Amino acid sequence: MSDKFEQDAVISGVARSAIGRRLGRSALDLTIDAAVAAIADAGLTREDIDGICTYPGGSADVTFGYAGPPPQEVQDALRLNLTWFQGSAELPGQLGAVVAAMMAVSTGLCRHVLVYRTVTESSAQGGGGRAAVLGSERAHSYGVWSAPFGGTSPVNWLAPVAMRHMHEFGTTREQLGQLAVTFRRHAALDPDGAVFTTPLTLDDYLAARMISTPLCLLDCDVPVDGSTALIVSTAAHAPNTPTGAVRIEAVGTAARGRLSWDQYENLTSMAAQGAAAHLWSRTDLRPADVDLAQLYDGFSILALVWLEALGFCGHGEGGAFLEGGANIALSGRLPLNTNGGQLSGGRLHGYGLIQEAVVQLRHAAGPRQVRDAEVALVSNGGGPIAGALLLTRDR
Amino acid sequence: MRDPLLHRPAPSDDPSGRFFWQSGEDGVLRFLRCTDCGYWLHPPSSRCPRCLSADVAPQPVSGQATVHTFTVNVQSWTPGQEPYVYAVVEFPEQDGLRLSTNVIGCPVDEVHIGQAVRVTFIHRNDAYYPVFVPEVS
Ligand SMILES: [Zn+2]
Repeated sequence: MSDKFEQDAVISGVARSAIGRRLGRSALDLTIDAAVAAIADAGLTREDIDGICTYPGGSADVTFGYAGPPPQEVQDALRLNLTWFQGSAELPGQLGAVVAAMMAVSTGLCRHVLVYRTVTESSAQGGGGRAAVLGSERAHSYGVWSAPFGGTSPVNWLAPVAMRHMHEFGTTREQLGQLAVTFRRHAALDPDGAVFTTPLTLDDYLAARMISTPLCLLDCDVPVDGSTALIVSTAAHAPNTPTGAVRIEAVGTAARGRLSWDQYENLTSMAAQGAAAHLWSRTDLRPADVDLAQLYDGFSILALVWLEALGFCGHGEGGAFLEGGANIALSGRLPLNTNGGQLSGGRLHGYGLIQEAVVQLRHAAGPRQVRDAEVALVSNGGGPIAGALLLTRDR
Repeated sequence: MRDPLLHRPAPSDDPSGRFFWQSGEDGVLRFLRCTDCGYWLHPPSSRCPRCLSADVAPQPVSGQATVHTFTVNVQSWTPGQEPYVYAVVEFPEQDGLRLSTNVIGCPVDEVHIGQAVRVTFIHRNDAYYPVFVPEVS
């Protein structure tokens, strides 16, 4: 074993299915598309795949189109011969599934793990699924302490974070709006993947319909149908990848403090802070070494929270960092969410962000390529959920 | 008073939280408190997370609180739903002892961080929902 288990695994392949609004295709159908393409991208055949890992797994509530097919269905559909599979939401962030795959490879349990995340939220919500769930008679799980008071949607749990950030640090809607405007500009350079590509101005943003103050429609990610797949392989496979492997420099996983949406000591950083601290404790690289970042933007405020937690600016300085948008543009100090993120690219629940990071590190992003990109940061999650990966170009 | 509970799920009927949802029957808000070290617990748990004592019991708080943060929900998730304030209030009894709740009894655009509020209860079906109104000085 290496000093760090991160060194034992690489990301050897990535792919995505069709991504769009109300595609009307099954989650399994989309998953197979992404999986087959990712296996080929890694220079493998399905006979090589001996593991599957997914977030969140088949026991998750599928009512909203939130969960893709369980691993067993994918195994059966592709007739894979596996030594290991896992699906779970009880992980430090969605990227926890990638970390679990790395662990399986590092321990020798598997050599090539198919990792996927599939959503059909657009079709499910179009079919009336949301109203059906809101009408449920009793709240459960963490909803017990929010739903009875109309903390209905995640936007209601995170808008208070934005409000508190504005109160403590003077952050403005104009600063937050730079995330939506910049990501839309990036999305236009990925017309095959992004859902919204028409230009967006700051005035458009400020005029958009309010959802839950201070967050408007354009602060919220877009429910889509789609699947993202990646292959986590043993590092020995790196030279055999036709499109290039990506190394994993460090993982950031943590559960510290109060892991609830309203009790955390510092609501403006929450779990991102612990994940970021863990990540930087596992590498000699520093924030200044990062060439681009794909930060979770289920809501705009989350990308700002991650910016600060990861040390790209100080706590409370995120608004100033975003001011004017130059820092986060493709040519800026820290190009951010280079395929439009989830605000314009679509809510692939964090996995579109890792796919884009890999494409950027392979220097295969075409017109949106960040020049000489060597180091990328990917973060997933918001509020009490957080995980992060630091990726490097294979050299 | 507008009913902020329309169309919302009822609290869980998990036994550990029953005292909380029934507490308002006598107009008093209660949280679990550790008898050994005085620490307030929320959400409910069978042991004190600070000293691990199992001697925890519901105790009344004053019902005074401060708006720590909030949002005005504008989106009409269900038909006929008006904008309402979903707030996190913090209690003077202990730093970080908070509750997600509603602020009612004033126009939604008058709610602000730092605002002094006090508890009141809405009785619906089998539960007393602790919600908060502005404190008049
Ligand atoms: Zn105690």
